[in-house]
This record gives sequence, C-alpha cells and structure tokens, in this order.
Amino acid sequence: MAQHLKSSSKSILLNILRHNIGFSSPSHASRHLRHNLPHGPLTTRLSPNPITRYCNTMVDTLSSIGSHEDTNSQVMDFPGGKVAFTPEIHFISESNEERVPCYRVLDDNGQQLTNSQFVPVSKEIAVKMYSDMVTLQMMDNIFYEAQRQGRLSFYATAFGEEAINIASAAALSPDDVIFPQYREPGVLLWRGFTLQEFANQCFGNKSDYGKGRQMPVHYGSNKLNYFTVSATIATQLPNAVGAAYSLKMDGKDACAVTFFGDGGSSEGDFHAALNFAAVMEAPVLFICRNNGWAISTPTSDQFRSDGVVVKGRAYGIRSIRVDGNDALAMYSAVHEAREMAIRERRPILIEALTYRVGHHSTSDDSTRYRSADEIEWWNKARNPLSRFRTWVESNGWWSDEAESDLRSKIKKEMLEAIRVAEKTEKPNLNHMFSDVYDVPPLNLREQELLVRQAIKSHPQDYPSDVPL
Amino acid sequence: MASLLGRFCRKLVVPGSAHGSRMVSTTACDSEAVKSLNLYSAINQALHIALETDPRSYVFGEDVGFGGVFRCTTGLAERFGKNRVFNTPLCEQGIVGFGIGLAAMGNRAVVEIQFADYIYPAFDQIVNEAAKFRYRSGNQFNCGGINLVFNLPSKSLLLIRLLFIGLTIRAPYGAVGHGGHYHSQSPEAFFCHVPGIKVVIPRSPREAKGLLLSSIRDPNPVVFFEPKWLYRQAVEEVPEHDYMIPLSQAEVIREGNDITLVGWGAQLTVMEQACLDAEKEGISCELIDLKTLLPWDKETVEASVKKTGRLLISHEAPVTGGFGAEISATILERCFLKLEAPVSRVCGLDTPFPLILDAIKSTVNY
Repeated sequence: MAQHLKSSSKSILLNILRHNIGFSSPSHASRHLRHNLPHGPLTTRLSPNPITRYCNTMVDTLSSIGSHEDTNSQVMDFPGGKVAFTPEIHFISESNEERVPCYRVLDDNGQQLTNSQFVPVSKEIAVKMYSDMVTLQMMDNIFYEAQRQGRLSFYATAFGEEAINIASAAALSPDDVIFPQYREPGVLLWRGFTLQEFANQCFGNKSDYGKGRQMPVHYGSNKLNYFTVSATIATQLPNAVGAAYSLKMDGKDACAVTFFGDGGSSEGDFHAALNFAAVMEAPVLFICRNNGWAISTPTSDQFRSDGVVVKGRAYGIRSIRVDGNDALAMYSAVHEAREMAIRERRPILIEALTYRVGHHSTSDDSTRYRSADEIEWWNKARNPLSRFRTWVESNGWWSDEAESDLRSKIKKEMLEAIRVAEKTEKPNLNHMFSDVYDVPPLNLREQELLVRQAIKSHPQDYPSDVPL
Repeated sequence: MASLLGRFCRKLVVPGSAHGSRMVSTTACDSEAVKSLNLYSAINQALHIALETDPRSYVFGEDVGFGGVFRCTTGLAERFGKNRVFNTPLCEQGIVGFGIGLAAMGNRAVVEIQFADYIYPAFDQIVNEAAKFRYRSGNQFNCGGINLVFNLPSKSLLLIRLLFIGLTIRAPYGAVGHGGHYHSQSPEAFFCHVPGIKVVIPRSPREAKGLLLSSIRDPNPVVFFEPKWLYRQAVEEVPEHDYMIPLSQAEVIREGNDITLVGWGAQLTVMEQACLDAEKEGISCELIDLKTLLPWDKETVEASVKKTGRLLISHEAPVTGGFGAEISATILERCFLKLEAPVSRVCGLDTPFPLILDAIKSTVNY
C-alpha cells in the first residue's frame, strides 16, 4: 500500500533504490581514471562542483607499468588503460543467455507487486498523471477521427504509449529541455499545452506557434522547453546532447531529455549521440520507446541485439529496461535517471518496452502487416491506462464518477478546440517568407513580390483562406 | 540583466539590412596595428577574438585541442580551457548535431569539420535541422541568432538562450595539389541549395578574419569554407583588432570595362593572374569576389555586367551543377539585353584544376 511510502524514511528508500533499481553500475575503470581536470583557466561561471572532462588518452608512463622483463605480468598497457590478458581465444557471446530484465512496479492488472520498489507519488501527481493519460488518449481519438473526416490532413496517435508520455513528463522538472521524436505530445500536455494549442498546430492556423508551416503533430513550445518536432528520425538525439552540455556548463539543475523509437535506434545519429554524450559527460536522458514497430518493420528486422538497452554499455552509458506501460515504473525510472544525470553529469539510457497500439499514422493501416488480434490484445490486456487506474483507485483517489466527469469535460473541450481552430484564419502569406533567416534577404523579398503578383493575376489558383 | 545586455549588445549584429545582417565593416586605418599573417593564423586570430568577446562561445571538432591539423585552433584550448575548446569523437553528424543543440541553448558553437570532403555525414543535420530550426518552430527556436526587435521572454534561461547564439561550421576546402579525391573537394554548390543557411568563402587572410567574425556573429547558421591552399601560401597584412566584413556583399577587387569575372576563394588568385595576362592583350577585366554565395549579392554583379556586357564565372568545383550555373542563370534573366556574349563558365571539368585565360579571350572576341 501507499502508506509506507509516505514515511520519513523516503530518503533511505531512495538510497536503496539508487543501488537496486536496476541501473547497470559504472565500470571500475571510469572511477579510476576520473582524476584529470581541464587545463587553463576555467570559465568565469562559478558552479558548485568542478566540471571534469574525461581525459584518459595518456598511456600511463609512471612506474606502475609492469616492466618489460616481467614476462609473467598479468596486465597489458595500451592507449585507453590497462587490460588483463588471456591466453585463451575467447569470443564474447553476441548476447547474454538471458535478456536484460524489465523493471516494473504494477502487474498486468494494476496491482502493485509485493517486492516492488518505486519513487512515491502523491495523490495530486497520481491523479494528474492519470487524468492526463485519459486526456491524451481522448485527444488522439478525436483528432484521428477528425482526420478521417477530412478536417485534418494528417495525424499520428500515441495509443498504448500514454504511460511513457505522461509518467516521464511527470518525473521531470519544467526546466528540463525536451527533444521529442513525434509520438510524445503527452509531455507537452503535462506541462500545460492546451487542447486549443494542439488543435491550432494541427489546423495550421494563425495561432499556431509554428505559423502553419509544418504537418500536424509537429508541435513545439519555447515556453514549455519542448523543441519543435522534425520528422527526420533521430536527428534530435545529438542536438539533445549539445543542449545538455550547455546546461552542464551553466550549472543548471536541469537535464536534456530526448525520445526516439526502436527504429530510431538504428540511425547513425543514435550512435553519434550516445557516444558524444558519454565522452562529453552530458546530463541527457535517452528514452527509447521500443513499441515493437517502425511503421511496418518489426524489431526482428530492426536489430539483432537484445533490444536497445544493451547498446548503452557499448558507449559506457548506464542503462535500464522498463515496462513502458507501467506508469509507476516509468515515473521512478525517469526520476532516478534524471537525478543521476544531473548530479553525476552523465547520460542515461532508458528503454521503455511498450506496444504501438495505433497505426503508425493516418497514412497507415497496420492490419496489413500485423493481426488485428495482436493489436486488440495489447489494447485490452496490457493497457497502461487501466493498469494505472486500478492502482490509483486502490488508493481511494479515483472513481467511476471522476472518470465520466473527466471524459465528458475533455470531449467538450476537444470539440470546442477543433471548432475554434478550424474557423481561425490561416497565417498571413508573408509568413511563408519570414524566419528562413532572421531577416528576409533580398532574394526572398523579390520572390514574395513575384508570388503576390501571380496571385493578383490568378486569384482563382490561390487558397481563399490564406490572408494576404 | 540590463548590464549583460549592454555588455554584449555592442558586439551583436543589428538585424534589418537588405542582405540579412548589417555589419560594421572596419578596415584598418593607418594608425591601426597590422601584422603579416597567413590564412590559418588570421583564422586563428579570429577564433581567439570570438572566444574572448563571448564567454558563451565554443570551438570543437576533431583534433582541435592540440591546434588542429591546419593549426587554425592553436592556443585556444590552453587559453580558454578544455570545456570550451575540445576534441570530439570522429563523427561529423555528431559534431554538427551537438553544435546545433549547443547553439539552440544560446551559445555560439564554432564547429570544425576537418576537410570539406568529410562534411557529408553532417549534411542531414545541416539541411534538416540547422537550416530549418527557426522556420519550422515559427521563430520560437533557432540555432543562429535572435532578432532583438521581437521575442523578449520573461524566463531568464530563455533570455540567455536567445541572446548569444550562432552555429558556424568551418571546413577547409579546395585543391592543394596533392590532395586527391578526398582532400580537395569544393562542395559549396550542395549547400547553396539550402534555404536557411549562409555559405561564406574568403579569398585571403585579411578577408578571412573579418568574414569569419561576421559569420560567427551572424544570427543564422553559416557554413564557412576556407581555401586550404592559402593556409600557408597567402600572406597579407591583417589588422590586429576586432573587425568584421559584411556578409552578402560582393566586392569589386579590380576594375575593368571589357568583361566581368566572378569568383571566390582561392580561385581568385588564379583569376587575378589571368586578368594581368589578359591586360597584356588589351582586355580590361573587372574582377569580383562574391565572398558570400548564399545569399549572394546579385546587385553588384548585375551592375558590373551591365557595364561590361560580358560575364565569366570561374570556380574549382565541377562545372555541372556548380554554383556558376546559378550565377549564370540569374544574370541572364537580369541582363539579357546587355549581354554581348554568352555567359562563360571556366570550372572544374567534373574533375578539378580549371584553366581560364583562353576563355576570357574567346568571350571577348565573341
């Protein structure tokens, strides 16, 4: 029950969690080598802890080297540090015999597992988490339907991944900067992006912060520290590392967080980003939504490793595998990861196992490459909303009445948001030309004139809802 | 915060000119100190100044720590520390991707790609992220700079993020003789096709320092190609102080009446020689250094061609699809009735090392 978690032994519990929660421990080598400080004057910014840069390329030239005549020395010295040698020809197996276990707190029915460890969640947070999961699901449903009715050009849902979306956002602070892929609108929702603001972007009207330039679901919000979505896969990963480095240099109590899918982990940018994050000692969380599918490509066609979690170690990154459909597990994992990332100035890799219940997007019919039964099973048996709702209700924090009140409220808000967004006029034509550069150069000013001339002479070819 | 603004505003670009940014161009007057420098030293000086004048600026890339394979980053790590000047792993997409993220948080990232021949892994980041960062976000985010007229947010983190930003990607380009396929390329044409970035190519040490400082301080992401042939070869009197040369402003570096020649970077050295040779045959050449290829200064070239009636473009890069084609097409559109000969391109033959004297003569004799 929740009782024991409210006690003042929370800090003790957290300490236990840090050691036991399943994060693979740092290697001994890095502790041993972390003694070099940067040369030259440090930056003028004062921060509580010295900023260290990993600096181990020097071959150890001190007397600790085993001398060359000591042929029975068990240790060899190459750039990168000492290694023990072995006379046996032994290949490391391509995979462990057992897959990396998956951290979870709730069972399939939403009952808390008896020996589970997790970061306590207050009633207020738990209720907001659950409500936002419901909101996300309903928002997705209604926008999806709107697309089907021809009112939206495109949409992509996050069905099945509500726990990843909301619980991760709940565990972060508003100062943590987010670099999303495109299936994480729940993070924006948690931070306060309104249904109206979502609708404005989807309809590309003049209230859209993106000025109507991108397809639906390509949200971005400066004030909520959520960088604008770009459709290219995994390109946000190295960006997040640079941003994290900046936060570290500024001594901020914040980290960068970036999301991507199983497909995204195959991109070169994934490799580039993880390697950079480790070398630069950047406080960044890499959260992989391994939902089993990259459009129609199952993970068996995507990689041959034990998922994504094992790739962390290859780069020297602490990693964990989590049940992505378990809101409490997600919350705890992200909470712990964030603290480690900031306190220890290191990246963390979180692989959240889940299932993409919806189609890839409105341009996809996933029953063409997977069975409807499979989709239905995941939608019912492993539904993140019902699991978490059971737990929230078991604490006496939710009820059927609260559920129906919430749902009718959201539905009303959504329909109103769509009604307003649809009616709002599109951005002005000049916004096609602004923001390419900070100030439009001459060639763009000329082109705008040409376009306006063309519109004057052929008004019937120009959309009537775009103001001039 | 006001004093912070005051301290850095003086160095900031004031947006609002026809060519994207208005820069104060200060060439040395007689009383200013100058020093004889080669290209890599001039660039090094620019980097020192950039890091000194902006504590939120960073220089990184492969091997920049010890000074770089062309010595452009000598002394920077020792002076500014390894947190600001550092080696990166060998991964161009990571270097540029990391730089974009750093710039987007309100810093100046001056990134080095070791040879332009190796820039392609970063092309996705440049085209799909850097070039579109501002546009796709509706100017909520950018990795180039801020327009001080709009956007004064209340959160202090945001204020800092928006104030001092810029992504500059430097790469040595061009033939050096022994470079072969992978140390000689001139890939500028690929980048000139990307709305949202700027492409800048200096012709000499003095130009390089001023243009690099402008590029670093420009509110947009800039790709800066340095003619590696001139790193040691070109020596010039370079003012020691902090100065900037405007972007998107071409320069007539030699006046003439019979034909306009347009080029950039190391090729101008060759073209200057060709102008001298042509003069012996009674042909008066007007030579223009484009300096910025994107967005490029059409007006200066147009004015010159309207005077001379003839245009010849020369670049090292292969002729097919090279940037000369863009210049040719544009001038044709604007100056058709003034042209007395077809626009000539003397460029790499889909292999490098062009020749230009014969072409000047035949264009003049058309």
